[in-house]
Amino acid sequence: MLLEIDNLVCNYGRIRALHGVSLSVEEGELVALVGANGAGKTTLLRCISGVQPAGGGAIRFAGDDIIAMAPERRVRLGIAQAPEHRQVFGPLSVTDNLLLGGYTRSRAEVLQDMEKAFAMFPDLKQRRRQAAGTLSGGQQQMLAISRALMARPRLLLLDEPSMGLAPALVAEVFDAITALRDAGVTILLVEQNAFAALSVAKRGYVIETGRIALADTGAALLEDDSVKSAYLGI
Amino acid sequence: MSSQFLQFLISGITVGATYALVGLGFSIVYNSSQVINFAQGEFVMIGGMATVFLMAAGAPMPLAIALAVLLAVVIGFALGKFAIEPARGAPVVSIIIITIGASIFLRGAAMLVWDRNLHHMPAFSGSDPIDIGGAALLPQSVWVVGGMVIIVAALQVFFSHARIGKAMLATAFNPLAAQLVGISTRGMLLLSFALAAGIGAIAGILIAPITLTYAGVGIMLGLKGFSAAIVGGLGNPMGAVAGGLVVGIAEAMTAGYISSAYKDAVAFLIILAVLLIRPSGLFGRRESERV
Repeated sequence: MLLEIDNLVCNYGRIRALHGVSLSVEEGELVALVGANGAGKTTLLRCISGVQPAGGGAIRFAGDDIIAMAPERRVRLGIAQAPEHRQVFGPLSVTDNLLLGGYTRSRAEVLQDMEKAFAMFPDLKQRRRQAAGTLSGGQQQMLAISRALMARPRLLLLDEPSMGLAPALVAEVFDAITALRDAGVTILLVEQNAFAALSVAKRGYVIETGRIALADTGAALLEDDSVKSAYLGI
Repeated sequence: MSSQFLQFLISGITVGATYALVGLGFSIVYNSSQVINFAQGEFVMIGGMATVFLMAAGAPMPLAIALAVLLAVVIGFALGKFAIEPARGAPVVSIIIITIGASIFLRGAAMLVWDRNLHHMPAFSGSDPIDIGGAALLPQSVWVVGGMVIIVAALQVFFSHARIGKAMLATAFNPLAAQLVGISTRGMLLLSFALAAGIGAIAGILIAPITLTYAGVGIMLGLKGFSAAIVGGLGNPMGAVAGGLVVGIAEAMTAGYISSAYKDAVAFLIILAVLLIRPSGLFGRRESERV
C-alpha cells in the first residue's frame, strides 16, 4: 500500500473537520474522493501534504509514518499536490513555476521533465515566458498539475482540478488526468464533479461531514442510489 | 545647476544609498515573513562598530570588514532562528514587537561589549574631495553609491536567476504553494534574516567613514530605511532603493535650503504623503492575477 490513512482526525481551531478518516491508495491506482463543499476533502489533502497539522490517527506513506513530517520532506518522499484554486506563482513565468515544482530535484532532470510537460500541454510551451498569473484558468490548472509533476511524485494529489472551468476545459483536464493514470501515475483525485471523477477512477470514496460514508469501485459508486441522488443529480 | 544644489544632491544620493540598502533589508524580510524587522537598523550599527573595533584590535581593514559582515549575518540568522521562528503562527504584531525587543537588546549588548562613544572609521581610499562643477565629492561617497549599485545588481541576479532566489520570491507570493513544491518556508525565513543583516552591515560599514558610528546609530538609520521601504512600496526591493534615494535627496535639500533642524522630519513627512496619496507606495505591487 502506497498511502494508508488510518482514523485521521483534524481540527480547524475548535471545529473538527475530519472525524477519523481511513483511506488507502495503492501504487498505480487512481482513487477519487468525492463529496460536497465543506465535507473535508481539501482538509484531508492538506493533512497528507503536511500543511495542516493532524490531530490524531496515522498517515503512512510507503510504510513510513509521516504524520509529523515537515511538508518539504514529504515532497522529497514523493507526495506532490496541485492545490485547490491552482495557486500558481502568479508573477513568475511558466518556466519558473515548473522549475520550482522540481525544487527538490536536480535542475537537469527537471528540464527534461519540463519538455514532457510541454509535449502534454502545448499551450504552456507557447506561453512559457509569460507570467503565470496572466494565463487563463484552464491553462493555470494545466500549469498547477505540471508543476506538481515536476517533483516526479510517487503520489499525485489533485484538489478540485475542474473547479471554475468551462465544460470544454473540464473535459480537457480530465483527458490529462486519464493520460496520467494510463501512464502509471498514482493519483488521489478530489472532486466536487463526482460523475467525472468516479468515471475515471478505479476506486472511490464518498466523504460526508468529515467521515467516509461510502467506499467502493468507481463504477459501483456511479450506480449507487444514494450517490446518484446526492451527487449526480439523478 | 548651481554648485550648491549639486553639493546637496551629492550628499543626498550618498545618504540615500545607505537608506536604500537598509530599506532593502526591510523588504527582503517582509517578503518572506510579512514581518517588519525593526532590528534592521542594529545590523547597520553592528557592521560599523564591529569593523571599527576589529581594526582597533589590529585587523587589516578588508579582513575587519569581512568579519563584521559575517558577524551581522550570524546574528541575523540567530535572530530569525531563536526569536522569530519559535513565534511563528503568532500575530504579526507580536512578532514585530519581538523585533523591537531584539533591537533594544542588540543596542544594549553593543554598549556593553564595545562602548558608548562616537567612532571614526578611516575612508576606504583617502578623503581628498574630487571637484565636480564646484561641488566636492568625497571618494567615500563613490564607495557608498557603488556598493549600493553592486548589491542591487547582485540581488537582481539572485532573484531572477538563482533557483533559491526564485524560491524566496515564490515563498513571498504564495507560502502555501511554496511548501507544496518542497520549499522550506522556515529555511527561507532564516535566509532572509541573514541576507538582510548582511546587507544592513555593509550599509553601516560604507557610511561609517562619512557619518561616524556609535552604538545608537541604528535607530535613525533603521527608521530612515523603513521610510525608504514604505515609500517604495513594502515588499518591493527595487522600490526600496528608489524610496531610499527620494528620502535621502529630500533630506539633503531640506537641510541645505531650509534648516538642518528639519532634516529628520522630512523622511516622515514623505511617508505620510505617500501613504495618503498612494498607500501601496510609489512602486507598490499591483495584483494582476486571474482567478
